Amino acid sequence: MKPACSDLILALTSPPAMAGFTPAQWDRIVPQARAAGLLGRLGALAAQHNLAAALPKPVWHALEAGLVFAERQALAVHYELAKLDAALAGLGIPVLVLKGAAYVAAGSPAAAGRMMTDIDILVPKQAIHDTEAALMLTGWVSSHHDAYDQRYYRQWMHEIPPMQHIRSGTILDVHHNLLPETARIRTRPDLIIAAACPLPDRVCLHVPSEPDLILHSATHLMHEGEWKHGLRDLSDLYALIVAASDRHDEFWPQLAERARELNLERPLALVLVQLQRIFGLQAPALDLPRARRFGDRIIRDLLTRALSGYHASCRLPLTGFAEFILFVRSHWLRMPAHLLIPHLLYKAVKREKVTAEEG
Amino acid sequence: MRLAELSLPELESRLTQGLGLVTGPFRFHLTSRQKRVAQGLHALYADFEIGTFDYYDYHVRLAHPAGIRRWLRPQIFFWLDDFSPFKPLPADHDFAQLEWGMNWCIAGHAHHYLMLHAAVLEKNGQAVILPGDPGAGKSTLTALLALSGWRLLSDEITLIDRDDGMVVPLARPVSLKNASIDVVRNFSPAAVIGEAARDTHKGTVAHLKPPAESVARMAEKAMPRHIVFPRWRDGAAARSSPHSKADAFIHAASHAFNYSLLGELGFTLTAQMLDCCDCRNFEYSRLSDALEFFEGLVA
Repeated sequence: MKPACSDLILALTSPPAMAGFTPAQWDRIVPQARAAGLLGRLGALAAQHNLAAALPKPVWHALEAGLVFAERQALAVHYELAKLDAALAGLGIPVLVLKGAAYVAAGSPAAAGRMMTDIDILVPKQAIHDTEAALMLTGWVSSHHDAYDQRYYRQWMHEIPPMQHIRSGTILDVHHNLLPETARIRTRPDLIIAAACPLPDRVCLHVPSEPDLILHSATHLMHEGEWKHGLRDLSDLYALIVAASDRHDEFWPQLAERARELNLERPLALVLVQLQRIFGLQAPALDLPRARRFGDRIIRDLLTRALSGYHASCRLPLTGFAEFILFVRSHWLRMPAHLLIPHLLYKAVKREKVTAEEG
Repeated sequence: MRLAELSLPELESRLTQGLGLVTGPFRFHLTSRQKRVAQGLHALYADFEIGTFDYYDYHVRLAHPAGIRRWLRPQIFFWLDDFSPFKPLPADHDFAQLEWGMNWCIAGHAHHYLMLHAAVLEKNGQAVILPGDPGAGKSTLTALLALSGWRLLSDEITLIDRDDGMVVPLARPVSLKNASIDVVRNFSPAAVIGEAARDTHKGTVAHLKPPAESVARMAEKAMPRHIVFPRWRDGAAARSSPHSKADAFIHAASHAFNYSLLGELGFTLTAQMLDCCDCRNFEYSRLSDALEFFEGLVA
């Protein structure tokens, strides 16, 4: 199955090709990139390859605007991380920064022009209450006040309810695991914490080791139920994997071995298929014995549809259906049926009530 | 080609397919089936360049929601591509919705420029920036100056070019609210004002057609020379006093759409602008006093 939006993908995988695009091609690429949250990435790639003068002026202005936005966010992330480091230093625990903020903190290739909506951190489970208390003392407040939501997060999820800083408005997700407590596959956050690398000039902040960062981002993406930023997240993984595999030969076997240790073979295998299909990534065959499941072919096709459906012009037939099925799947992976069905019923009834009150 | 060269039915039919409209450095691709949108564009954008282009900065669309609200108290949505930033408005506010939507496209995305929340006009090669405190009568004054031979650069968003610090015109219609609509209408028989949208969140809103010359010269940038904080007060004698540059800086920065987003560049551009400008407060009640004061500034 060939994904749509191939010009945008070409710009991401072979940036110099941008110089050859016609204005009419850009008229499709820029809206697609804006919808996918990738304008900043295109701007960063164009700047890295000195393409500013080779692009039509209004196109460069649009890309530059995305880059300005992303750079401002990166600055804000550095500032917030310094404050988080100070707030949590006294707990004597390692605090891992994940996803977008980790790319920025570690200066990874996926940081280039990365647009962000929140900061994610991971702490040891036994320290989650102390972490929350220390954050509250420094201006972070919990956003979900509803008793049901509180219980949903605290009893079942891999994170506490999202926190927001009262002054900066930044959203912070505090995790103690990569996957919900109730999820169908279990992993070992303690191993990820043990292998993490300290960030220079910080007391307690760490970033996961390179394979762990990739495996976490892959797991997050493959268990997601919302696809608005799916292509952006996939392009992060592309950038991380290409840079790492270029740098050392042992990357692929090490990644596979780590996936086996962490029981994350299946998300890795799924994400590699999508990277191959959408970005044309050439990965060697990896030894991932526990990756296969019944119905894999269907899941793969659904994922390709959802990951390429961020703009109306790229939607393949059945994209909406694929998103719905994957949304259901994401819940199915998150909790067993005896918890999931009452949860969805509760949410459905509550939404009806809220809509009725608003209307 | 100028928009006025299309008849209203031709414009309506072009709009259903999508119409390319040039405002300053931006090309909008507009799609709408709304009769009022065609009428508003026909009345207020007559002098603007239209055409079919290969690349557009913003693809925008005004459309009814699906379902029953199409007929029952009809509503209108503004879309940039697939994204609708606002709650829908009653369908008879569609032209105002388009104007707000176009402002949102520029203010929210065009970070190639420093964007101040201010009106700006030009005469004798000198741009005069009017920062907007709500209720100070900025738009009314902008409209009156535009109708008195000043070149309208922008009513809402002052674009500063990052390369040379000059003001980049948009020349779009001036948004008038409530009583100022009649003030402007009575001021000059030349004033062309579009159909009013009533009971919006800003009260009654109508737009003044920009002067043909301002539109024809929209590619011509202007050097900022004056920043004037106007205040209309009933019965006040005309009075002008110096305004501290430090305060003008803070005002410009805190009311800008993207000052902090631009970081150091935002600071540099604002500082350069302040260096080129003198800053004054101006209080008045009579329009003739205001015109005299502004003529004096650029004499």
